[in-house]
Amino acid sequence: MFSVGLDQYLILSALLFCIGLFGVLTQRNVIKIIMCLEIMLNAVNISLIAFSRYVTPVTLTGQIFAIFVMVVAAAEVAVGIAIIFAIYRERESVDIENFDILKW
Amino acid sequence: MLEIVFYLFAAIALVSAIAVIAVRDLFRAALCLILLFMTVAGIYLLLQADFLAIVQILIYVGAISILIIVAIMLTRDARQGQPAGRLKYFAAIVSALLLGTVLLGILNTAFSMPDSAPWQETIKPLGKALFGDSGYLLTVEIAAVMLLSAILGAIAVIREK
Repeated sequence: MFSVGLDQYLILSALLFCIGLFGVLTQRNVIKIIMCLEIMLNAVNISLIAFSRYVTPVTLTGQIFAIFVMVVAAAEVAVGIAIIFAIYRERESVDIENFDILKW
Repeated sequence: MLEIVFYLFAAIALVSAIAVIAVRDLFRAALCLILLFMTVAGIYLLLQADFLAIVQILIYVGAISILIIVAIMLTRDARQGQPAGRLKYFAAIVSALLLGTVLLGILNTAFSMPDSAPWQETIKPLGKALFGDSGYLLTVEIAAVMLLSAILGAIAVIREK
C-alpha cells in the first residue's frame, strides 16, 4: 500500500505542478509569480528524474533533460528579474496589474 | 525505511509549496521556497541522482533563491491580497482539472520498467552521456551560448539609460 515506486513520484510531481500553476494564476506580486514558476520547474524535474530512475536507468536520459531544464531555469530567472527591475524603475510597483506597458 | 523518508520529504515539499502561496510576508515565502528546494534535493537523492542533488543545492538554494531575495529587498511590496474572487475560483478549477487529467494518465499507464539496476554514482555515466560519442555535445554548446546571451540580455535590460 505505502510502497514507493514511479507512480508515487509522479503523483508528487503533479501535485507540486498544480500548486505552482494555481500560484502563477492567482498571485498579484510578480516576484511571487516567479517563485511559483520555480515550483513548477522543480515539479517537472522530479518527474524527469523519476522517469530516469525507473524507465531509463542505464542511459540516464531523464537526468540529462533535467540538467538542461535547470540551465534554462537559471537563465529565465536572471532575465525575468532584470525585466522586473526595469519595469519597477518606471512604474514604482511590482503589482502585476501595473505591468501593462505592452498593451495599447 | 526509505518509504518513510519519501513520505516525509513529500509532505514537507507539499506543505512548503502551499506556504509559498499562502504566506503573506514575501520574505517568509522565499524562505519556504528554499525549504522546498532542499527537500526536492533530498528526493533526488532518494532517486539515486547524486549529481543532480548537488546541482540542485548549488543552483537553486545557492543562486536562484539569492536572486529572488535580492529582488524582494530592492522592490517595495505590492498591494497584498488576491485579484478578483471569480478569477481565483477559475484558477482553482483549471489547476484541479489539470491535476485530475494528469493523475488519470499516470494511474492508467503501464510504464515499461527494465530490471537493470541504476548506477550507484551518476557523475561518470552522466559525463559520458553528455560529452561522449552520439552524446549531447551540440546541446551543451547551445546551452552555453544561451546562458551567455541571457546574462548579456539581463545586463542590457537593467542598465540605467
